[in-house]
Parts: sequence; C-alpha cells; structure tokens
Amino acid sequence: METKNNNSVPKILVFSTEKISDPAIDLAGLLKLHYPATAYTIDIPCSSAIKPRWILHAFEKGFDGVFIAADGTDCPYGESCSEKTAKIMSDTQKMMKEKGIDPVRLKMAAICSICAEAFVNHVKSLAVNLSKSK
Amino acid sequence: MKKKKIGVYICHCGGNISDYVDVEKVKNSVKDEEIVFLATTTMFACADSAQKEIENDIRDNNLDGLVVASCSPKLHLITFRAVADRAGLNPYNYVHANIREQCSWAHSDDKTGATEKAIQLVKGAIKRVYESEALEQITIPAEKVMAVIGAGIGGMRTALDLSSNDIEVYLIEREFFVGGRVAQLGELYNTEETGKELVTRLYNEVKKRKNITLFTGAEAIEKSGSIGNFEIKVRINPRYIKETCSTESLEKAIEVCPVEVLDEFNYGLNKRKAIYKNYDSEYPQLPTIDMDNCTKCGECEKVCSEIDFSMKEEILPLKVGGIILNTGFNSYEPKKGEFGYDEIENVITLPQFSRLIELQKDNKNFVYNKKKIKNIAYIYCVGSRQANIPDGNKYCSRYCCTSNIHKAILAKKYFPEINNFHFTRGIRTYGKQEVFYDESSKQGDIYLQSYIDHLPEVKQNGNRITVKIIDYLTSNKEMEVDTDLVVLVTGMVPRENKDLVNVFKVPLGRDGFFNEIHMKLRPVETVIDGVYIAGASQAPKNIMETMSSSSSAAAAASAVLSKGELSLEPTLAVVDPDACNWCDKCTEACPFNAFTKVEHQGKQVALVIEANCKGCGMCLPVCPTNAIDLIGYTDNEVESLIDGLMQQDK
Repeated sequence: METKNNNSVPKILVFSTEKISDPAIDLAGLLKLHYPATAYTIDIPCSSAIKPRWILHAFEKGFDGVFIAADGTDCPYGESCSEKTAKIMSDTQKMMKEKGIDPVRLKMAAICSICAEAFVNHVKSLAVNLSKSK
Repeated sequence: MKKKKIGVYICHCGGNISDYVDVEKVKNSVKDEEIVFLATTTMFACADSAQKEIENDIRDNNLDGLVVASCSPKLHLITFRAVADRAGLNPYNYVHANIREQCSWAHSDDKTGATEKAIQLVKGAIKRVYESEALEQITIPAEKVMAVIGAGIGGMRTALDLSSNDIEVYLIEREFFVGGRVAQLGELYNTEETGKELVTRLYNEVKKRKNITLFTGAEAIEKSGSIGNFEIKVRINPRYIKETCSTESLEKAIEVCPVEVLDEFNYGLNKRKAIYKNYDSEYPQLPTIDMDNCTKCGECEKVCSEIDFSMKEEILPLKVGGIILNTGFNSYEPKKGEFGYDEIENVITLPQFSRLIELQKDNKNFVYNKKKIKNIAYIYCVGSRQANIPDGNKYCSRYCCTSNIHKAILAKKYFPEINNFHFTRGIRTYGKQEVFYDESSKQGDIYLQSYIDHLPEVKQNGNRITVKIIDYLTSNKEMEVDTDLVVLVTGMVPRENKDLVNVFKVPLGRDGFFNEIHMKLRPVETVIDGVYIAGASQAPKNIMETMSSSSSAAAAASAVLSKGELSLEPTLAVVDPDACNWCDKCTEACPFNAFTKVEHQGKQVALVIEANCKGCGMCLPVCPTNAIDLIGYTDNEVESLIDGLMQQDK
C-alpha cells in the first residue's frame, strides 16, 4: 500500500451545498481528479446559511483552512445568495483577525454542479498556500 | 435525547471502496467508541440481503442511530433511510458518510490518506447521528407541469407520456421544426415506416393533446428554483412569417427568394432558399426565414403580405415542476483527411449517404458528383472506438452497424447493380437487428475486417479511389477494392448544447453526453433534483432505445409530480424565542417572507411561517443572538460533525 505522511498536509474543511457544489465534488471523484485526502466536506442546503461560528469552531478544532464551495449565481434559493455568502466570508475574516487567525485561511469560490475541475484546483491551491504558511 | 446505541456499516462497494480504503481498519477505529453498539463491514450495503441484515440488527438490538459509510448520498441516502424506516427507526436518525466519490475514488492515488479520511468521515457521522433528532417529512405544493427540452421523436414521446399522466407539458424545440434527426431519415429499420412518417404520427398526437404546448424556435435561457417549483425563461425567436399565411403565397415567396445556400437538412447535397421548409409535410407547416443568410431584398414581401420582418424575439417566463432534457445527438464530423474525408471526392458520411439514397431512390442510376456509382466501400467505426486517437471517442456508437447495413440493403434494393464492400472492425447488429446482417450477407455484400492497428486506407489515383485493408477474416491477406463511393460510417457525438448546459448545469460524462446518477439504479435522473435526461442526449441510442428512455423519464417525473405535491426534507428554520430580541434581520435576509413577529412572554420575537420556509438557512448567520437554527443542521449537529472529523484515536 502506498504511504504518504499526511501530518504535513494541511487539513481543510469544505462547506459545500447539497444541490450545487456537492455534485461537482462527487464528479471529481468519479473522474478520479485527485486532491488532498485531508479535505473533508460538510454539506449544507445553501452557502449563505453558513454560520461564522461553525467556521471558527473548525479553526479552533485544528483545521488549517476552510473552503466555502459557494452556490454563486446557480443558487436555487435566489440571486441574493452570492452577496450574502460574500458577507459571511468578510464578517468571518474580521472575526478571525480579532482572534489572531490569518484570514487567508478562509477561501471561497463559486462551484457549480459540474465544476469538478475548478473545485480540485481551488482545494489544491489552498492546500499549497496553507503549507507555505505552516 | 442523545443516541446511545449506534450501528455502523462500512461498505466495500465490491472493490470500489475497499481497493483504496482499508475498511477493516476503519471498522476497528470506531468499533470501541462508547456509543457504537456494533460496527461491521459489508460487501454491498445496498444489496437486498445486506439491507435485510441491517434491518434485523436495528430491530434485534433496539439501535437508536444508524451510520452507513458507502457511496454518495445522491445514490443511496433514500435506500438506507427506507431501511431505517422499515426497521422502526426514524429515518432522520440515519447519517450517510460518502467514502466512495469523496474518498476512495477521489484519493485512489493515496490509499493511506483515503483510509485516514474514511475513518474521520465515519467518526464525524457517528458524532452527527448522536446529535440527530427524529423528524417527519414535510409536503409542499408542486407545479404539475413539466418542461421538455427537445421536440425530436424522444421529446415528443416524453411529452405524450407526461400528458397521458395528466401532467401539463411545455415542449420546447430550438429548431423551427419538430422531428430532429429522425425527420432526415427515410425507411427505418425494424419497421418499414419512414422517419418523416414517424415524426408526423407523433406530431399529430402532440397537437391533439390540450395539455401540451409546443414552442418552436425556442430556447431555455434561464433556470431558477428547485424541484416542484422551477422558474425558467424561454426565448422565442421570430419566424418572420405570420401563422395566417396561405400555402399558396408562401410557395410563391420561396420561389422568388433569390438567396441559395447549402441545405443542412440534406447535409449539403443540394441547396435551399433563405425562406424555407425542409420538406413539404414538415411540421409546423409554416416556413421560416433564415436571417443569417436573408438579404432582406424584399422580393418575398411583394408576393406574400404575411411576411413580417418587424417580428421580435419574446422572453417567456414559465413555472414548471421539473425539466426533461431530450436534446438528441450530432453525427460525428470526420476530420479533414480522415479516411480521405474532405480531401478525396466521393468520400461521404453515413448521414449524407442516407439522404443521397432518399434523394435518388426514384432515379434509374445511382449518381454522386456526376459519377455513376457501382462499387461502394463502407468504412465502419468512424468517430467511435477511437482507441488510437488521444481524446478520441472511446465508446461504440452501436446504432451505426445496423443503420449502415440497412442502408446498404436499401441501396441494393433501389440500384441492384451496385456492389457493397463493408470494411468493419466487427459487426454489432445486436438483438432484433441481426436479421439485417443476415440479409446483407445473402444479397452478396462482402465483409472485410481489420483491427485498430491496421485501419483501412483510402487513396486516390486520378479518377480511381481504392480502399486497402489487411483482412483479419482471410488470415491477414492484403485486400484492395476499387470503389466509386466511400461511405464513412460515422457514430454519434453529443449535441452542441453549451448554452443549455450552462443554464441547467447538468453534469457531462467523460464522453461529453449528459450523465445520469446511476446507469442502472437511477438511469434517467441527474444530480439536479427534478431535472431528467433521456434519448441520445445521454448516450448513443437507436430509435427504439430513445423511445424507451423517453418513456422512462416521463414515468420517473410523473411519479414525483403527479400528486401536485412533494415530500421534502423537514429542513426548516426554528427560532428560540428566549434568545430572540426581534431585530428584524431575519426578515430582511429571508427571500421567502417566512418570518412574522409574534409576542412571547411579553416581548416581540420572530416566528417561522413553516409554509413559506424553504430551508435555505439564509437567516442563520444574520441573527445577532444566534436564536435561529436549521433543523438537520443545528449548531450541535454541525459542530459535533466537525469535532468528529478531527477526533483522534484514543
């Protein structure tokens, strides 16, 4: 069995949405598009439902990074989703600063239901950036 | 009440999971957790026998929580909720861990990492199920209306079946005429009906149905909402001809039009005018004006007052409960020089050959490019089974063997003096179509066969075209045939649907066709709830298979929408009135007017109107006192899941 030392690989929590980004993450697996095995997904109905306290909780528990796979303009709940998710992002980054957590550890990108490759690229690049700052 | 007795099942999924994830190690990592009553691995958790065992375990041991770690919840969440339900456990005390799509498959390059991830995912699921609550599904009203995209034979079949199930249908066709590729076909195999006749029969039936509205020249350009309550916008392009126009004056208008362009319907074998119909009995029986080529010279307006260049496109908003994509296929267009295509004269494709027979079948001689055709060479698997081309089409298009042999039989029927030479890579006239192979052999057609490493060569020397092959059927003898016409038996490729894919966001497979959730278990459903696929938009299919999948999609959609209501997850926002101080921020955030102000113990607080709440959760992060939770995604559940993902072995 191939072995890799994952201790040095940053742990990333991904908030993804059931209808939009989750299918893309599943598709990445189906297409065997590899990304770090230390990225874990929690699915939620809509990216504008994420509470900043959940993100802060993830950092407190030891996650190195959090990635919000946002619905973007595809959100089935309405066009205001992008704006609201962006606000969650900026509010959380302010809270992170106050707690001494580097805001760059939180990233967000719109991931549509077929954006498998985009998802993989975002997670990989976040992992690389987090490794550099580790 | 926290769950105390949890059953955990870790699936091998054959080897799909266990080839990359050490499932025994996953089991051993969680089996001693205090709240885990039993942990076991299973070869196929979704198999009937395994489901039965899980049911028995739940009943025999009074389990109050269930975790299954297997494939994507998109595939089997419902299956295991049903298992829980049958065993008397509330389905919402079940948590699904995706250790296939998001673990074993995604990390097949890192088996140790995949195993570690699977352990953490299962631990997270255990923590979450510990916090889970028993819930009941909610029902919402759903539009008993479907949009069917594509009015080829598949789309019309789908529309008719939905209509028979008392579901209203908007049938939306991008072209100005119905029938798609089948309208271009002459006599069809397995029946002696022509493509046009089949299209006509379906169209006439569609027009009889009061609950089907057909839009031609129409494209879906926007989609929002979710299953049961989609809103789509359809752009209706102008035809520039009023419906009241008489056949006589239209014929005159076509006659006087001075513009002539290559006729796509006949694959460029002849020309048509800028104002046109593809064939006399085409539906709807109203020509259209091809504005890309029209010069607006005004000649047609002089003889037909019903032509109206001032017509504008319209945007039509429609409310539908679901959408079925039945958008058909394109024929593979060979590359320049591929078996002489576009370089050597008299090298044509199967669709062109099909039209050529149709256009010439009443003639005495079979002629192409002014050359009388005697010997015809057919080269199979063009655009299919391209193992030797990077990014080539690896799949077999499957319909083309039968289609071509059927055309060769027809060609011989109309022009008995021709000789057919078939350069194949193995014939696949499967099932009921095998009779055509037999008939073709009996009429004297010659079959030769090559492998991918020695494909036939097409060469031209002066007026002479030759096809050479190293023939496997005669112990690799080199054979050369002089030919007057080379027919490239082209396969199917996905329809050019880029805009449509962007609107509906339906995943494409590696072959570029629309992807179903599971080709055996959920063959016409996509990962977008309420969006279905059918026909050759999904994979190469012949007419019979297209009709079957079109009916299948209609049945699947009807099963969901025919009641006019849907059972949905009980994902609703809830307000803790003690924590709420009515600041109104939730009202501002909610796009569905799901909050109202009520009095609670002498103070104003927010209350969720359950009928309006869609469970999006947009109200959660805006509440300054954290008074709002989303059922199924409470702070306890989400945070304990996060804890589980980071929980280290003791």
